[in-house]
Amino acid sequence: MAKKPVHFSHNGVERAAFADDGQNLLEFLRRGAGDLSPKYGCGQGTCGACTVMIDGETQLSCLVLAESIDGKSIRTAAGLASDQLDPLQVAFMDHFAAQCGYCTPGMLVSARALLERNPKPTREEVMEAISGNLCRCTGYEPIISAILAVAEGRAQA
Amino acid sequence: MIEFRKEFFADERDDDLNEVGKPTRRQDILGHVTGRSPFFDDHLFDGLLHMRCVRSPHHHARIRRVDTAEAEKMPGVVRVLTGKDVPTNLNTLLSLLDFGIDDEPILSTAKVAYRGEPVAAVIAATEAQARAAVKAVRVDWEVLPHVLDVEEAIKPGAPTVCEVYPDNKFIYHGKYDHQKLRFGDVEAAFASADHIVEGRYQMSPIEQAPIETCGAIAAPEQNDRYVCYTSTQALFFSLGTAAKVLQTPSSRLHFIGGTVGGGFGGKVDSIHEPLAVLGAMLTGRPCKYAWDRGEEMQVGAPRGAERWYIKDAVARDGRITARKFIGYFDSGAYTRLSSYAIIKGVGHLPGPYTIPNVYADVYCVYTNRTPATAMRGFGITGVDFAIENHMDKVAETVGVNPIELRILNSYRDGDMKAHRREAKNCALVECCQVVAEKGGVTLSPDARAATSLTGGGGERAQIPNFTATDEHGRVEGFDTGSYAQKASAAATAPQPPRTLPASQQPTSRPVQPPASHQPAIPPTPAAQPAQPAPPQKPAASRSGAMRFSSLSGFRRR
Repeated sequence: MAKKPVHFSHNGVERAAFADDGQNLLEFLRRGAGDLSPKYGCGQGTCGACTVMIDGETQLSCLVLAESIDGKSIRTAAGLASDQLDPLQVAFMDHFAAQCGYCTPGMLVSARALLERNPKPTREEVMEAISGNLCRCTGYEPIISAILAVAEGRAQA
Repeated sequence: MIEFRKEFFADERDDDLNEVGKPTRRQDILGHVTGRSPFFDDHLFDGLLHMRCVRSPHHHARIRRVDTAEAEKMPGVVRVLTGKDVPTNLNTLLSLLDFGIDDEPILSTAKVAYRGEPVAAVIAATEAQARAAVKAVRVDWEVLPHVLDVEEAIKPGAPTVCEVYPDNKFIYHGKYDHQKLRFGDVEAAFASADHIVEGRYQMSPIEQAPIETCGAIAAPEQNDRYVCYTSTQALFFSLGTAAKVLQTPSSRLHFIGGTVGGGFGGKVDSIHEPLAVLGAMLTGRPCKYAWDRGEEMQVGAPRGAERWYIKDAVARDGRITARKFIGYFDSGAYTRLSSYAIIKGVGHLPGPYTIPNVYADVYCVYTNRTPATAMRGFGITGVDFAIENHMDKVAETVGVNPIELRILNSYRDGDMKAHRREAKNCALVECCQVVAEKGGVTLSPDARAATSLTGGGGERAQIPNFTATDEHGRVEGFDTGSYAQKASAAATAPQPPRTLPASQQPTSRPVQPPASHQPAIPPTPAAQPAQPAPPQKPAASRSGAMRFSSLSGFRRR
């Protein structure tokens, strides 16, 4: 099976790995790069559990060819925290914005991308930003509250 | 958003709650927000093999032949399993509780009874190779007539869905083809009622749809043991089921779970663990068996659909004097947990209302639909949908406000319920009063003054002097001594095929030698050592002596 070398920035770290022919970015990140934070939920771009940022834009990694990220910058939920947790992570903890936790990494990536392009979103803009991320547990309200708390500067760092 | 109405039952409550009403962090939340919580698929293994199943395209069909020869030659294919590879290829989930008869093959060999039923499992180096090889398995089907409606399924001449229950009805207590509830005499109450209100209620099956699909990864460990990472909601169900199906002592199985990507009931069925462990046993390599989203929706067992017929006798003032239920629970092709859901549901009838005459016949019906299983309050939610719609219909018929009708008929503390237990800690009256307040509905002075604490007990605490009983639906040939065990089941049930001796196993061998797979105990999965008689407790001591089980009534601890 043909393997292609892929050079990319992974949560700020320059990396290279081999992608299998036709492999999608989700499998490549999980199996090839060992980043298990993007999750498989549907494999067809409908659930959002595999959401990552490619050059700052949210993308569904199950629908992206791994080899196409050569030279690009990937950010995932595993890279949100540095020395400290991201304020969104803290707000999710404080607002009970995760129950089973399976949609949470994708949800956080969508929320982070939103706040970077629009630091003061309205409630409607928050709902729009996470509309591609399905959550079966929370009913979304705690998630919306957590994101708004960060946007409005109410979250504790 | 949450409002605490502490004025209710204030004298019954110690107001020393330290956690309720205050925000708190989940103990597992840090893993969730950092993407580090260890779901089953987050365990990486070198040389992981992927299992995918060959599934029936038909609702109901006889299997004439399964030809795996071509698939076994496909690239990356390590092994193709069929029913003969499964040591005990017949199971029912609640057999671990001695409830019900083994009725469902792990990999079907004789026939399939629902669309998507697995008949073979391909194990290959990659998922894509497994998918390709699944298409290369040839199955010669003889399509049979199918039945998808619960009432059609129990008519004479309907196709038999599951041979263990030839009339398409689960057998309760070894005696009846339905679960009965009899309390008082509904027919006498109907004869003298001011109003008769009848209704038919049908709900749909509902898929739990967890974001993480169901699956398991198993791998050989040292000392002839196997580790299994699983999405199960019911780790010990899955462990016990795998031990039974694989004829292996559970001490050889190291099950790791607890991190579940959404379950909602759909992850109790223990479908994946036995096959994943069998794959690891027969190949000697790590083996993953997981559903994709399409399988999760097609063959993942949903909340079963229910059909209810309700007939009430109602007095002019709205008091309900009798309620009769005929219920049909769509179990799909096999039992799974529907038999239990009905026992739970019948214990809940007639809803949270004090009605002096109650009757129910509830059938667990087999149809050629996807088997049903647990989902959030299953056995209760479906009939509550029917009951509460019916309450509105009664209110409309009598001309009473629906909230007032509920207050009038609510359980009060001390009332006798239809399943002969005293109602305690009732609160429906108060709930209705708050609902009316929130909804801007003005209640009558009587309804406003009502409370769950008063008006109950006394005559309402009595079990009726006369209860009409009957023997309809009586069946023969099922052992009444044990729960729903078919008499001489051991002699009539299909003999589970045993694992082939190594010399007869297919020659396409994995790169690594398979771990030896010798059942370390004789294959008697149900056999438990005879329990010594429990020591007799003094008659006066009731504490801890008996335990109530909704499956089997009172049991000594």
